[in-house]
Amino acid sequence: MWAIATRELRSFFLSPLAWSILGIIQFIVGLTFIANVSMFLQPNTQSALSQSPDAPGLTEFVVSDLFGLTGIILLLVTPLLTMRLISEERRQKTLSLLFSAPLSMTSIVLGKFLGLMGFFAIMLGLLTLMPLSLLMGGTLDFGQLAVSLLGLLLLMGAFTAIGLYMSTLTSHPTVAAISTFGILLFLWIIEWAGSSLGQGSLLNYLSIITHYQELLKGLLDSKDVAYYVLTIVLFLGLSIYRLDAERLQ
Amino acid sequence: MNLDTLVSVQNLSRYYNTLCAVNNISFEVKRGQILGFLGPNGAGKTTTMQIITGTLAPTIGKISVAGHDLLDYPLKAKAVIGYLPENPPLYKEMQVDEYLKFCAKLHNVPHHAMNYAVNRAVEQCALKSVRYRLIGNLSKGYQQRVGIAQAIIHTPSVVVLDEPTIGLDPIQIREIRSLIRTIGEEHSVILSTHILQEVQAVCNHVQIINRGELILSDTISGLFAQMKTTSMQIGLRRPPDVQVLKQIQGVDAIEIQDNNHFRIQHAADNNPAEAVVEKAVAANWGLYELIPEKRTLEQVFVELMDIDNAEANNPIDINSVAAMNELTIKEAA
Repeated sequence: MWAIATRELRSFFLSPLAWSILGIIQFIVGLTFIANVSMFLQPNTQSALSQSPDAPGLTEFVVSDLFGLTGIILLLVTPLLTMRLISEERRQKTLSLLFSAPLSMTSIVLGKFLGLMGFFAIMLGLLTLMPLSLLMGGTLDFGQLAVSLLGLLLLMGAFTAIGLYMSTLTSHPTVAAISTFGILLFLWIIEWAGSSLGQGSLLNYLSIITHYQELLKGLLDSKDVAYYVLTIVLFLGLSIYRLDAERLQ
Repeated sequence: MNLDTLVSVQNLSRYYNTLCAVNNISFEVKRGQILGFLGPNGAGKTTTMQIITGTLAPTIGKISVAGHDLLDYPLKAKAVIGYLPENPPLYKEMQVDEYLKFCAKLHNVPHHAMNYAVNRAVEQCALKSVRYRLIGNLSKGYQQRVGIAQAIIHTPSVVVLDEPTIGLDPIQIREIRSLIRTIGEEHSVILSTHILQEVQAVCNHVQIINRGELILSDTISGLFAQMKTTSMQIGLRRPPDVQVLKQIQGVDAIEIQDNNHFRIQHAADNNPAEAVVEKAVAANWGLYELIPEKRTLEQVFVELMDIDNAEANNPIDINSVAAMNELTIKEAA
């Protein structure tokens, strides 16, 4: 399992894709970060904040917004990273190497999943450096930062699990990318339909972004965590099932 | 179970939907055997290999590898198998060394034995000169060798090679064949091919499979026995009357080819060559040519296929004829 995960991670960094994605995301999020910080420092923002009784602090004002944006960008980017996971192996006929090795299907799927999660962990590590740099001139709510990070990690896990499953279905990476993108976008926009139906509706609960927004507020609710954990388990389970079925046809 | 039986396949069948690719075959492979799995294209060779290595599940049947049942204990069984599929499973963006280490890890080679295992595989497959190059930049022959190195890295007791010499040049083919013989000294090898020469060159056991059924399973010497002479050709400067030739003991029939050449048919266990030579010398026929006609492996193969096709009461379809032609071309080359 770890052999697969480390190979996956290494092969990401052997291709220019990983580097360009890291670079571009860092650039865009960096720009937003500067914009947010300078907005926070503007006198009229400060005066508006001082007048409101439950005004957001530095962490909520800058970090939540930043991570909210990162979540949306990664929704667009994740399909590009997950598309190759299985379908490329199938296309290059390397899947039989994994199937004939003494590995269970579960460890193959988990290895792939953890490999990509390792990449996301590196990316999140780099992104977290931005809010941490605020410590030079202020204080942060570390509780909220930690919950936001957990939220982003869970969100990435859900994206990856869905993308991984889509990748097991086809031998064309593009098809996997487009269908993953479709599903993720769908899970995002049902929130709009959900919000018109009011809080607590089923559509609202199914939306992949709503739970993330709750976590960004610093509220660690088991309901939101459970949503992501269940999504991850469901799609990893489906991937294992799907690869097992391939041997049976 | 006999300890020396490394692979045992019992009543194996495999269907792709309604298409039957492998139909109720059983065989065993013992330690030190190099088993040639022979058959025309689409005969079910690759399917059988995939099932033995656990990359494909059988529809019916029982397979055990080194005493471990493949369906009940897949991990234990797979740990003692090395497999080179038809298309070598190579990650083109990795270096040879890196790739072999990855394969060693996949097969649970312990960390302290890793370097030794990689060095040994590199040496056996003569990969030293390309060890730190990207696999994607290697020639087909070297890629094939990396594929073989991958299959033997964990010193499995059974090595399964699916058409290992396809697409290689003659020199590379010779090298790979001698490599396979070396591997066969320590491990059991199952080798699938549709090149008859290859079986003759490397294997000590042969199985012929056609349309999913096993039609021959024999040692290579047993197969050679099938190829025994049953006819010879003689050339005589001053030939006598055909009737005189027919009367020689052991001669079953005479076929006149031209004024000087005759083809003598005889029983397999009664070779009249000596008698013919004696008579020829005594009667001064001017014997200048005597060629025992050996059946080639190809003829045996084609005959077996013909019998099988006739038994199936099926006219020879275009596909198998094409496969046959391909065989002939390969042989000629």
